[in-house]
Amino acid sequence: MSGSEPEREPAVLRRAHRAALEALADVAPEPGSAKPDPIVTATGLRRAFGGLVAVDVEHVEVQRGTITALIGPNGAGKTTLFNLLTGFDRPNRGSWTFDGRSAKRLRSYRLAQAGMVRTFQLTKALTRMTVLDNMLIGASKQIGERMWAGLVPALWRSQEAANKARAIALLERFDLADKREDYAGELSGGQRKLLEMARALMLEPRMVMLDEPMAGVNPALKQSLLEHIKGLREDGMTVLFVEHDMDMIHEIADWVVVMASGRVITEGTPERISTDPRVVDAYLGAHHDGTAR
Amino acid sequence: MDWHFVFSQAFTQAIGPTMLIYAIAAIGLNVQFGYTGLLNFGQAAFAAMGAYGLALAVVAFGLPFWWGILFGLLAAVGTALLLGIPTLRLRADYLAIVTIAAAEIVRRLARSTVWAEHTGGSDGMRGFSEPFFAMSPYSEDANWSLGILSMDDGRLIVDLWIVDFQYSSRDLWIMTVGWALVAVFLIVIGLLVHSPWGRVLKGIREDEEAVRSLGKNVFAYKMQALVIGGIIGAAAGFIFALSRANVQPDTFSTDFTFYFYVVLILGGAARLFGPVLGAALFWFLYNLLAQGLNQAIRAEVIPPGTLSGTQVGPLVFFLLGLGMVLLLIFRPQGILGDRRELMLDVR
Repeated sequence: MSGSEPEREPAVLRRAHRAALEALADVAPEPGSAKPDPIVTATGLRRAFGGLVAVDVEHVEVQRGTITALIGPNGAGKTTLFNLLTGFDRPNRGSWTFDGRSAKRLRSYRLAQAGMVRTFQLTKALTRMTVLDNMLIGASKQIGERMWAGLVPALWRSQEAANKARAIALLERFDLADKREDYAGELSGGQRKLLEMARALMLEPRMVMLDEPMAGVNPALKQSLLEHIKGLREDGMTVLFVEHDMDMIHEIADWVVVMASGRVITEGTPERISTDPRVVDAYLGAHHDGTAR
Repeated sequence: MDWHFVFSQAFTQAIGPTMLIYAIAAIGLNVQFGYTGLLNFGQAAFAAMGAYGLALAVVAFGLPFWWGILFGLLAAVGTALLLGIPTLRLRADYLAIVTIAAAEIVRRLARSTVWAEHTGGSDGMRGFSEPFFAMSPYSEDANWSLGILSMDDGRLIVDLWIVDFQYSSRDLWIMTVGWALVAVFLIVIGLLVHSPWGRVLKGIREDEEAVRSLGKNVFAYKMQALVIGGIIGAAAGFIFALSRANVQPDTFSTDFTFYFYVVLILGGAARLFGPVLGAALFWFLYNLLAQGLNQAIRAEVIPPGTLSGTQVGPLVFFLLGLGMVLLLIFRPQGILGDRRELMLDVR
């Protein structure tokens, strides 16, 4: 990954963005459509809480190198699907693969090690640790994280120094470098979102899963977050995010997957989705039911 | 009123054998609770594993002393695994409930009559500490004097004029071993908590889901912390058993665990020297109050009839409890803690 500042979108699309659009150009806009090079494939995924079926997805694929949005009204099962894909919840049945390998038996931390990193809807900054420590804990394959090796600083000191350099470069990219010695709990809500994203990048992931990255972020920071997410795509990562904010989806998503009542009801480009009557029904219909009762 | 005696007692006990038991047990608790956030309410059971492991091996099975030490350590590791495997995957409060129950089970098994011929039931066991004191380099009939230091029939006296420290030769040997253990544990824990390994522990304390999302095997780290803390707890049990030269089941009640927590919180949790400072301060204050009140009664500073000698003990614990409440209100981070850390808005 490069440590370059994400610049404003030039008139001509950047390389990864263009590649993403080209890859998705011929994909049929229908639920469960096949993608040319999927990084995530889920089939027959079902999760019920008692009698409530939260997720019942027949088939869904996420194209590698794209920014894919997962949208839907409240209670559509977006976050549950997210938890299933990242191993934070277990499905009742169904299977899914990440990067060609079955993810069904992988625990959440193994999936993270395999390159799928998530953030949380309610930001999980490690509050009583410094910003720099928050970053360093994200680095993978640390020798000093084994107990016996931890006792011998000589074994891990050089790796720690390299990780520190990488962490500081990432903090600079996310405008947090001057906060590095502050406790993470002293950051504002928006800065915590940035920190969480920067920390996820310490793992050098291939796929980043963002659960409502814009929730509670002020408009000024929103634009910079958008640019950072676009930067992830330019760095070769795949992004899947849950979001409500349609403006944001229009601005950055290459592909949109719409869920309602636990199912994928449609897929397509943002332009197509916003005019799709099924989507309008899903949002307004659910709203209608809510007020009628 | 003999202030010299009161302060001498308080200072003597502030670094004495009893304080060491609490300091060591709290160092173990600091790994679990302070750094990792594991609510182990059964540290008394780990101490009991050390004490009873040693006593049973030597007295009931007739094994050599060092086998007893090994036996105690293995018992503590076994207990940590037994408690950790079912509970560490669950929410934090499950560990608290299970450990507090397990500690009571251990105590009740130790005092049950079923195995009384081996364990001595509620009377406990004695006769396992001779090999330990046989290793002592301090002679029981030494007599010499060197400046402020003097030995009077094996009793060390450090005369600092305002106060003096006095220890028997057995106390000295216990203290030598105990302080050596404190030093070793502090060095090892100090290295560990300042390593990337320790950083993962602190991350788990803050938010274990977040640490899991960063690719760490949270369960394995929590188990390691529980085992290390348990081993240190067993070491406290050795010192406890050896300093009293006996083991008794009812000394391993839940109160024992709660005093470890008092010591840890007083000194400052998640601070390397917190447990040692907390234990020293606790036993200093305890002896200062107890001896001070006794002296005041004897010298009739407190009018006769208002407070009797037998009421001093409960009153001291009442005052210490009050002090603890005030500490939590005005200095919740403990003596060594960082207030800034506790004031953080945990969103």
